[in-house]
Amino acid sequence: MPTDERLTGSRREPLGPVSRVPMREQEPAVRTSNFAEVPFGYSDEEARIEANRCLGCRKAPCVAACPVAVPIPTFISQISDGAFAAAARTIRQANSLPAICGRVCPQEDQCEKECLRGRRGEALAIGHLERFAADWERRGGRIEAPARKPETGRRIAVAGSGPAGLTAASELAKEGCSVVVFEALHELGGVLTYGIPEFRLPKAIVRQEIADLEALGVKFVRNFVVGRTETVDRLLGPDGFEALFIGTGAGLPAFLGIPGESAIGVYSANEYLTRSNLMKAYQAGASTPILCGRRVVTVGGGNVAMDAARTALRLGAEVSTIVYRRGEAEMPARAEEVRHAREEGVVFRTLANPVAVIEDGEGFVRGLTCLQMELGEPDASGRRSPKPVPGSEFEVDCDIVVVAIGNRPNPLISSTTPDIRVSAKGTILANPADGRTSRPRVYAGGDIVTGAATVIRAMGAGKAAARSILEDLAGTR
Amino acid sequence: MSQILRKEKLAPDIFRMRLSAPLIAASRHPGQFVILRATPDGERIPLTIADACSEAGWIEVIVQVAGAGTMRLSRLRQGDSVADLVGPLGQPTRIKRYGRCIGIAGGVGIAPLYPIAQALKAAGNSVTIILGARSRDKIILRSEIEGWADEVLLATEDGSAGRKGLVSDVFLDLARQGRTFERAVVIGPAAMMRAVSKLTLGQGIPTVVSLNPIMIDGTGLCGGCRVEVDGKIKFACVDGPEFEAEGIDWEPFMRRLRSYQDFERQTRERESCRLMNA
Ligand SMILES: Cc1cc2nc3c(=O)[nH]c(=O)nc-3n(C[C@H](O)[C@H](O)[C@H](O)COP(=O)(O)OP(=O)(O)OC[C@H]3O[C@@H](n4cnc5c(N)ncnc54)[C@H](O)[C@@H]3O)c2cc1C
Ligand code: FES
Repeated sequence: MPTDERLTGSRREPLGPVSRVPMREQEPAVRTSNFAEVPFGYSDEEARIEANRCLGCRKAPCVAACPVAVPIPTFISQISDGAFAAAARTIRQANSLPAICGRVCPQEDQCEKECLRGRRGEALAIGHLERFAADWERRGGRIEAPARKPETGRRIAVAGSGPAGLTAASELAKEGCSVVVFEALHELGGVLTYGIPEFRLPKAIVRQEIADLEALGVKFVRNFVVGRTETVDRLLGPDGFEALFIGTGAGLPAFLGIPGESAIGVYSANEYLTRSNLMKAYQAGASTPILCGRRVVTVGGGNVAMDAARTALRLGAEVSTIVYRRGEAEMPARAEEVRHAREEGVVFRTLANPVAVIEDGEGFVRGLTCLQMELGEPDASGRRSPKPVPGSEFEVDCDIVVVAIGNRPNPLISSTTPDIRVSAKGTILANPADGRTSRPRVYAGGDIVTGAATVIRAMGAGKAAARSILEDLAGTR
Repeated sequence: MSQILRKEKLAPDIFRMRLSAPLIAASRHPGQFVILRATPDGERIPLTIADACSEAGWIEVIVQVAGAGTMRLSRLRQGDSVADLVGPLGQPTRIKRYGRCIGIAGGVGIAPLYPIAQALKAAGNSVTIILGARSRDKIILRSEIEGWADEVLLATEDGSAGRKGLVSDVFLDLARQGRTFERAVVIGPAAMMRAVSKLTLGQGIPTVVSLNPIMIDGTGLCGGCRVEVDGKIKFACVDGPEFEAEGIDWEPFMRRLRSYQDFERQTRERESCRLMNA
């Protein structure tokens, strides 16, 4: 019998199955030849069975581990009671993009990590259930437009339409502000649109979330680069906006800095994924090309790397390999992404560090030279840092190399707006708790402040900044 | 959406388009560019802002029909709109008083050179321009430039205008005459920029070139536009497009321009079939 006081405090006995209800998925052999979403989602029945596994802990450690504090036990118990609409409403109070978070949040490092269920058996499938509630609501077309408070006449600009910008816009619009979101690209959604592939996050979901914001009165201006099309000074000038939220993300891809990186067939993951997702290069007759390649090597171990390696298979690669300099346990990708990649046949070469791209006589990629690594002592971050094994060079045959080793902050605003202070790494200096920057009336959050992180953290930052904007504005006029 | 206010043919396969773009017209500086998409499913095409008028709210671009995207763009008419237009992108040219400046352009490279040379002139420099093309009918903007430049020299491969030969021959003529310059701006096809900047640098003239790599977003997102300058990776869309010629590693840059040769040939063929059948 459980002895933990939180376990004995639960209201549902007996404890039920130790394993979660698996989510049905497209078969690996089938899904690698299409771009459709891989998991199908729970049926009503499956969702209720899984929801029944919740122990309903009084202290709910899962809520404390959620960056936006979704009232998890409440919505789970609503699902188990069959009150699906109510469950969706509960989530939406804390999280304005539940269909997206249910799919892309690293739940195993957040809510599910703290789930007491996980001590003996599998943690409750909180992410799957969040997705279920959000999809159920969407399918029925029953999304209730959140209430909008009376017009305040406050005018607020948002730079960037990724999760940080969308969340800030939503919070501010609900409070009656008139909000304009400026996006540099011709499509909205930030990484959700150009980065994360269709098979993991269907673009229809992102478009729906944006349509909901439009219904709430948020205006979107595409093809507008804040800092260039108009300067920050101008946007905030007389007759302009009263405040600006910057959510311009960490868009700048890092490269390895090894010989041969300019060869034809070396892509940053951003370029590879942008060509495929944003410009639809995989469709016949597309106007933007992508080199498909028979053997694709992706360098990196995060979500971005998994997305690229799995995209390669869908573009027709015969072999798609991940090269990562640490061990598999150290990979920062979501567990589900690593599992999906493995099921689809992605080859993992861990503890391997690329040292040179090999070119053929015509300048095309022919292979990648790597060094074998071994793990040393844990470093300051607690991760065991890899060291090269002397004389261990080996070659991996490939015709495409995708570099997915991280992204740096976008410099477009900071380079044109000197009074917004940035760190040595180029991230905008903003108080993480409230988004305030060194310049009055300018707020920032998301990857532009933290460096490449997660959707949910970007959303949390957008929400916090919206709160301070409202607070600071309340004292003016 | 941005409306085409005027469209005019400058030479076979080269046209000038005036687009309504009040914000870009007001904020752009010489050396900057825009990215546009002709149609909602089209590719993103980077084009230099050749001229602009902030009072009237327009910008002009000069387009050489090359691939499928520019072919589609060329089919739009006055009064039509382009699906997307974003800018101004890239770093503005550093304009200052150098003294004697020489601008050397090959083909449609005169379009990006035009606003830069004009700004140099306005900053009090003397400006000599060398224009080169295959033949007389391919030389564009000649009379406009003659309106303000101190000197305009021509080179055509067939000798139909100016000196028979290349822009580099004209430049060497000047060098032999003992003419010296404090600044050179060289813009044209990659091979031309490489060859000509080698000559100007050889004469001790600090030289800037404007690179035209493959681009998608133009905001630093994809890294497709990367070039090696002074041994470091730079993104032409945010760090350039202009770079001091001295530090450029031309070999990989020129190679990368060929990345999609096959694709481009196929789409060009497909696009021109569509034209024939239309
Ligand atoms: C391929 C990939 C997969 C990922 N997978 C996951 C995952 O599974 N789970 C997860 O939690 N996180 C994931 N992430 C990380 C997550 O997407 C980011 O942390 C999150 O999107 C950051 O949100 P943001 O709003 O700060 O910025 P972004 O989403 O980057 O949005 C910034 C937007 O601002 C625009 N912009 C930039 N400069 C300007 C300007 N000057 N003016 C106007 N607009 C501008 C950009 O074009 C962009 O649209 C992934 C990232 C990538 C690239
Ligand atoms: S065009 Fe994408 S980074 Fe320059």
